[in-house]
This record gives sequence, C-alpha cells and structure tokens, in this order.
Amino acid sequence: MYSEKVMDHFQNPRNMGEMENASGIGTAGNAKCGDIMRIYLDIDHSGRIREAKFKTFGCGAAVAASSMATELLKGKTVQEALEVTNKAVMEALDGLPPVKVHCSLLAEEAIHAALWDYGERNGIVIRGLEKPLKDMP
Amino acid sequence: MIYLDNAATTKTAPEVVEAMLPFFGEIYGNPSAIYSMGSAGKKAVNTARRSIASVIGAKQEEIYFTAGGTEADNWALKAAAEACRKKGRHIITTKIEHHAVLHTCRYLEENGFAVTYLDVDGEGLVDPEMLKAAIRPDTVLISVMFANNEIGTLEPVGEIGAIARERGILFHTDAVQAFGQVPIDVEALKIDMLSASAHKLNGPKGVGMLYVRSGLKLGPFVHGGAQERNRRAGTENVPAIVGFGAAAARAAARMEEKGRKERELRDYLIRKIEEQIPYCRLNGHREKRLPGNANISFRFIEGESLLIMLDMRGICASSGSACTSGSLDPSHVLLAMGLEHEEAHGSLRMTLSEENTREEMDEVVEALKAIVTRLREMSPLYEDFVKSGKGA
Repeated sequence: MYSEKVMDHFQNPRNMGEMENASGIGTAGNAKCGDIMRIYLDIDHSGRIREAKFKTFGCGAAVAASSMATELLKGKTVQEALEVTNKAVMEALDGLPPVKVHCSLLAEEAIHAALWDYGERNGIVIRGLEKPLKDMP
Repeated sequence: MIYLDNAATTKTAPEVVEAMLPFFGEIYGNPSAIYSMGSAGKKAVNTARRSIASVIGAKQEEIYFTAGGTEADNWALKAAAEACRKKGRHIITTKIEHHAVLHTCRYLEENGFAVTYLDVDGEGLVDPEMLKAAIRPDTVLISVMFANNEIGTLEPVGEIGAIARERGILFHTDAVQAFGQVPIDVEALKIDMLSASAHKLNGPKGVGMLYVRSGLKLGPFVHGGAQERNRRAGTENVPAIVGFGAAAARAAARMEEKGRKERELRDYLIRKIEEQIPYCRLNGHREKRLPGNANISFRFIEGESLLIMLDMRGICASSGSACTSGSLDPSHVLLAMGLEHEEAHGSLRMTLSEENTREEMDEVVEALKAIVTRLREMSPLYEDFVKSGKGA
C-alpha cells in the first residue's frame, strides 16, 4: 500500500520531537478525522530555517509526510518554505495512496501555520502566505 | 508470526482441507446429475448440512448454503422485507451491525421501508426495553447481531427473540462471529433467520449459510436452477460446503475447551495491558463477550500506525481507526458506544484462537508497551495532555 520511502520515513522518522524555544509553531488537523500534525521551526536572523521538528497523531502516511516535510524545510528561507507544498511532500515520498492525499495537505497546512506564527511573532509578512483558517484543533 | 485477527478470518484447519480435497479432483460431479459421482456430491452436501444444522439445534432442511455471511444477511433482510411488504414496512436493527446488514437496510430505505437503528449502551449492549419501545404496528422485521465483530459484545438475543415472536415479528440474527464459538439454540432463542460464515471457524472462505425456520416463506435471492430447494440457484460449491460441514462439526466438538482456553488467554491479555499501559480502556462488555475478543483503545495514538508497528514485529491485529476503514470516520460501532473520535481512532482489536499461547500474549504486551510509548512521544495530543497537568 505504501511506497518504500513512506515506510522508511514512518519507521525512521526524521526530526521527530518537540522543540524548545521554537521560532514558530503550527498545528493542523483534528482528532475527528484522525490526524493532527504539529510543526516546530527554528529560524535564524536572516530568516533561514535552521531546524524543523514535528509531532504527529495519525496514520503511517501522516507520520511520513511530517517527517519528509521537516526534511524539505531545513535550510530554506521562510519565503522558500512556501515551496514545500503538499505536492512537493507527496512527490518526495514517491506518492501516497489516494485515500492518504489529505495527509500531505495537512503537512502543508501545518507548515503554513508555523510560518504564520513566526511572522506574527516577528512582525514579518511572508508574501503569498495566508492566515491559517484554524491554527489549533 | 502472532496471529490475532481471527474475527477477520481464521486458518483453515488441516482436517477441513483434508475433507475438502476429494471433491476437487475425484468426486467432482455436479450434485444435480443422475450418475453416482453426482449423487456422491449431493450426499456430501447434505451431510454437511446436517452437521451445520445440529450446531444450532435446527433441522437439516432449514439450512441454505450461500456464498458467505454477507450474502446470507442480504438475502434474509431483502427477502423478508419483500415477503412482508404488504403487512408493513418498518424494520428495526441496531447502529452496531456489520455493514452487510447496515448497507442492506439503507438499500431497503431507498425502496420504501423505514428503518429504526437502535442505540447501544457504553458496552455495546442493545436494551430490550428500547427495542420494545421502537416497535410500531407496521414493524415486520427485527435484525440484531448475535455478537459484535469489533467489540465482541454478546447481545441479549433470547430476550429479543421472545419479544419478536410474541408480537409476530420476524427475527433475524447475524451470527457470523458467534456461530461455532458460543452455544446457539434457534428454538430456545426463537430465531427465525440466522446468518453464518465458514471461514470464521477454521472453514474455507466463500461459503456461508442462512438458517430459515421451517414454515417461513422466503423468496429466493439468486434466481436460476432448482438448487437449495429452489431458494438459492447455482451449482453448489461442493468442496467449500463439505469444508464448512467439517469445520462446523469440529467447532461443535471443541467449543467448550476452545472457549475456555480463549477466555483464559483473553482475560490474561486484557489484565496485563490494563496493568502495564496507562490511559487505555477496554471496549465492549467485560463478561458478555466472545471468548477470543479483546478490544482496547489507547489514548493519544492512532490505530493504523499501531498496526504497522505491530506488523513490523510479526503481530497481526486490526483497528477501528478511520485509516483502516477507507474513510475519514472511525468505527461506527465505537462511535455508537459513545467513544470520542480520538479513542475510536486509537482502538486495537485482537481476536485470539486456541492456538495462541501465554508466551505470545507476553510478547504482544511487551511490543504494545514499546509501540504505545513511542507513538505517544510522537503525539501532539499526548504533549498537550502532559502539559495540561492532567497526566500527573
């Protein structure tokens, strides 16, 4: 059902865990649909993502999508971070089964929520980033 | 491998396979044929019918073979509704039925019938008083499962049968999980129709049966030849039927011993999990449940992740999580019992067989401890819970 990459990221998730003093935190999803994703960003003075971490309540695809998303975010500027879309996450994972596509969407939402949080805290406007509909479940 | 998914399907018993084999390459004649190879097949089919009837105290001619439990449920409901259409168009069932019953009821709703879906209590039990209250003058059919496939809760079938018989309402029970596992007497329990399936009791897949009380006029579900006394057309699946018969005889002979072994293992497993893993709950009734069923929700984690991690350790189980149902909603059974979505997503069903051992249960508990801890470390819900101070 899952690609080898998905299974790899599920079994050995990268960047899993909480982050102390994160520059931005974003949560997406809710327990009703069975997936909650939280992304933590550590962003330096020049606006570049030094580190990204995650915590996820959800299925194998949700865990793998979070893991891959944090890998893709590292080293990017907050502006470039918008390129880490659900499509980018899915492609990097060699695809997801159709019923699991929403897991990659959730990753994108969590990234946007974390970036928005960072922007608000620092009075920075990230071009093309819209306020998340709901940042907490 | 540790197999804990016997409610999904079971291993076909070697003696069942043995009994089936001659009917592929040796005695392959059509049971409707005149020559002796045909009648040998017919004889074998009727021997199987007798074995199966005796498990539930029925007469041989009250057993009709189908292609499985789902077909038996479809047939019972659709044909009974059709037969009663002129008398009334109200059906009562429950919210925790298998989809074979629920989706058939939805179909009947689209075809002029009204259906009441009874609530269940926190342990998955139907309340006979609530059933009585739901009966209307035009109620013609009641369908309540014998035992639930997810939580294993055994329903008060005898009380329901008595209520139905007294009011002249037909009573069907989906006994796919219970047949051959717990004693069933269709006469004493006043059951008019009962569905069962072979592969839940170490028989082959693709064969089941519907018990139809004699005197009950039920139309055919599959039209065609005169097989199954004109009620289920199509050449009999002789090897599978023979296998079903062998499995039923085997299950009846071992029921007591098997049940005792499974109950002991089940209670051991449940007790160890409850002692060693915090924030979990047993789903279903603690005593009124199938011998092999343990269904437990682990808070803050999601079932599919749990299943994949168990699979990596060679443990096969199932979950009521949405991700295993192919939709976004978790198990309708757990939601009907009043579980929160989060608890339903974090449910794990382990259905044992008599072949499981205590050592295996110990291994499963160790695996669960490690996996649940790991998944909770990953869970934002658990993080919020710990930070809220409620966990202290």
